Amino acid sequence: MDAEAAKLLGAGLAAIGVGMAALGVGNVFGSFLESALRNPAAADGQQGRLFIGFAAAELLGLLAFVVAMILLFVA
Amino acid sequence: MAEGGKIDPMHQFEVQPLFGQGWEIAGYQIPFTNSAAWMAATLVVLGVFMLGGMKRELVPGRWQMAVEGFTGFITGMIDTNIGKEGRKFVPYVFSLFMFILFANLLGLLPTAAAGVHAFTVTSHITITGVLALVSFALVLIVGFARHGLHFFSLFVPHGTPTVMVPLIFLIELFSFMFRPISLGLRLFVAMTAGHILLKVLAGFVINGSAGGIATLAIVSIPSFILMIGISMLEILVAGIQAYVFALLTSLYLNDAINLH
Repeated sequence: MDAEAAKLLGAGLAAIGVGMAALGVGNVFGSFLESALRNPAAADGQQGRLFIGFAAAELLGLLAFVVAMILLFVA
Repeated sequence: MAEGGKIDPMHQFEVQPLFGQGWEIAGYQIPFTNSAAWMAATLVVLGVFMLGGMKRELVPGRWQMAVEGFTGFITGMIDTNIGKEGRKFVPYVFSLFMFILFANLLGLLPTAAAGVHAFTVTSHITITGVLALVSFALVLIVGFARHGLHFFSLFVPHGTPTVMVPLIFLIELFSFMFRPISLGLRLFVAMTAGHILLKVLAGFVINGSAGGIATLAIVSIPSFILMIGISMLEILVAGIQAYVFALLTSLYLNDAINLH
């Protein structure tokens, strides 16, 4: 396969990782909302943990984006 | 027909010297770039915002309430994450949060209407990386100053079976050393990705409108509506990323102060 074509394919495949991170972030907020509705009084105290989970899930998607960018512009 | 793809989404990230091309230190050129100009602008806006609100009036006005809202927000975050001992780090985390927030928001301003190309300083890993390294260095300094070599117990959680200690130590050490990278990378990539997306959509709008009424209706107008939505999302992301950076910094400081 042509090396240039392989790079573009790889960058496109890396976009799958970004979609997977979307699942992760949605899961974080969805689960939070689900349990916050069960016990609204305790929800506010857990906002810090919510964003820690969000940051951890989001980072992996951003890493996939970095892989795509490196394939397109650096490699 | 429009010459497709003439709009380069990466052009907005170019660092260009504004003046001082001749300045150099040890063979490296250090001109005053647009990046430096936007950092200076961020500091000026931040300074005006803070000075306007630090009047210490007994009955605060709107401006003072805005500033006190931000300081109270960061103080509350430090109190819940670190405790009373974290109070002396409030100024640092507050400066970090406000600088990142203002830099993110200033980079989103549509200043091109006034002939100035907006530049998001936080979309460069040199800047976010340095901010992350400062946080990481502070964690190391505080940790070693308070606990000495006992700080290494951070890498071996309580109750770890002796057999597992070397493996757990390596994993914890790796996750600790990855912190500054993830901290800087997250902010940099989140801002870069958003701005590329906005520029690509803007390219759709321009190229579509140049192609006649049909492409205008099918491509340009939906893209423009999407752009408005994405812009709102980007404002949200600008706030969230600044918050996450400050939150993670305070968590890492908590590790250094209280171990675990």
